[in-house]
Amino acid sequence: MSSTTYMRYELLRTFRQRRFVLLAFGFPLVLYFVVAAPNRNEHDLGGTGLGAPLYFMVGYAAFGAMNAMLSCGARIAGERQAGWTRQLRLTPLSPRTYLRTKVLTGYLMAICSLATMYAAGSILGVRLGAGEWLRMIVLVLVGLVPFAALGVCLGHLLTTDAVGPAMGGTVALFSILGGTWFPVQHGALHDIATVLPSYWLVQAGHVALGGKGWTATGWLVIAAWTAALAAAATAAYRRDTGRT
Amino acid sequence: MSGVALRELTKSFGAVQAVRGIDVSIETGETVALLGPNGAGKSTTLDMVLGLLRPDAGTVSVLDLPPADAVARGSVGAMLQTGSLVRDLTVRELLAQMASLYPHPLDVDETIALTGIGEISDRRTQKLSGGQTQRVRFALALVTNAELLVLDEPTVAMDVESRHAFWTTMRDIASRGKTILFATHYLEEADAYADRVVLMAQGRVVADGPPTEIKAMVGSRTIRATLPDVPLERLERLPGVAHAERRGEAVVLRCSDSDRAVRALLARHPEVRDLEIGGAGLEEAFLQLTAARA
Ligand SMILES: Nc1ncnc2c1ncn2[C@@H]1O[C@H](COP(=O)(O)OP(=O)(O)O)[C@@H](O)[C@H]1O
Ligand SMILES: [Mg+2]
Repeated sequence: MSSTTYMRYELLRTFRQRRFVLLAFGFPLVLYFVVAAPNRNEHDLGGTGLGAPLYFMVGYAAFGAMNAMLSCGARIAGERQAGWTRQLRLTPLSPRTYLRTKVLTGYLMAICSLATMYAAGSILGVRLGAGEWLRMIVLVLVGLVPFAALGVCLGHLLTTDAVGPAMGGTVALFSILGGTWFPVQHGALHDIATVLPSYWLVQAGHVALGGKGWTATGWLVIAAWTAALAAAATAAYRRDTGRT
Repeated sequence: MSGVALRELTKSFGAVQAVRGIDVSIETGETVALLGPNGAGKSTTLDMVLGLLRPDAGTVSVLDLPPADAVARGSVGAMLQTGSLVRDLTVRELLAQMASLYPHPLDVDETIALTGIGEISDRRTQKLSGGQTQRVRFALALVTNAELLVLDEPTVAMDVESRHAFWTTMRDIASRGKTILFATHYLEEADAYADRVVLMAQGRVVADGPPTEIKAMVGSRTIRATLPDVPLERLERLPGVAHAERRGEAVVLRCSDSDRAVRALLARHPEVRDLEIGGAGLEEAFLQLTAARA
């Protein structure tokens, strides 16, 4: 029995899904060059203290990574609909390994998406020290945990037809409100943004200012979303499979 | 070691009593057909054998274990009645992924050869026809190399040729000492490929025995003909006729040997018209059997 073989084919499947490859890599990459390149000399975007190339790099990377994480939900929904989940229940693959593989593939796809965007950022002149890159990446990976839970949750709740639009909508909403597309620095919108996990994905870019990146609020927000969405994912999973 | 043991197994869905207390024991190495018309409770029974459904009452053991444990050990390979394949992998890749989950899988190339899917082995699963999908699903059950194979109406979506190839492969698998339990509503399949037939109707086991015995019970043919004014007793005395019934001007003869019955009928009653010969139909035979029991 080999779970690495299982994982390998799972990855192969994932990267063959054109729709999600586009959402996680192609689309943010193109947007980045379209939006950030003309503003590459803007050194304090919307009062964030971050240059446009860095801000948009982090923002679009967050967008791609959120899509990558939620794509694991789309695969779960597809497998349920095909009756494949039932077939897998007749194999020695444990439900735990099944979910772990799904989340891991989501993460690997997200990491590739981040790497692509960071490479693009370097092309537009983003310069960070090795430690800063590392801290930023770690923060983003932590900030993606709630999205892994959300993906599993939606995958068990929705049909294949519904899951695509639902995920597109969810990511769009989190992106706009969380400041992924453009900075939200003031007023009620800013207050809303700070309680969203997507906001903190973008805030990870603040390591470039020498800060730790996240305030205590950031950690709290991510923890709260993780707890809530993990509970929702567990409930959805149980309702769907009749397991405890 | 016992292959599959079902004791007083019961399952209802709301008001529908799908399985009403069945007892079946299957030895390891046996090939057993679960034969019955649609709605007999075959799939419900197999789903309980596989641990997909929890029985309302009664017990299931698979290779002396609870179903979930037998499954977790990789001792069970299955082909469910419904279900398609996940997309974006080739047939060969999907088989390799499935094989990776089992402790002693069959070689992927051997499985491909065995099930005759060499031509489509490099095709993506979403590009297969219904019949091809069915063959790949069979290959997925085989690549597990599990001791117990459970197949729920495996040939339903297959054409005649695939069906023939399928059973040839099954013979080969059975000869390797595997225990095989398959559901079907084709009497011919049960008769030709099983060591034993368990006949189900309306959630009960109505007969359990060697195929020849079951075939004699349900395999009879009927003759229908327009033949007024002939007393039924005379028709029942014709060679090959087991039972005669009148429906207005028409008579219905249930036959033990329809060939002899037709010859005799034509010879003695040349005025007979509208002659029709048909299989009794499993449904009809089952209903008679269950009625006889009630
Ligand atoms: N999930 C279900 N919900 C409600 N009724 C069901 C369900 N599954 C099966 N049944 C009913 O149980 C009976 C037996 O069905 P099934 O086991 O599928 O029979 P078979 O496989 O022999 O055709 C049928 O009357 C069917 O309608
Ligand atoms: Mg069935």
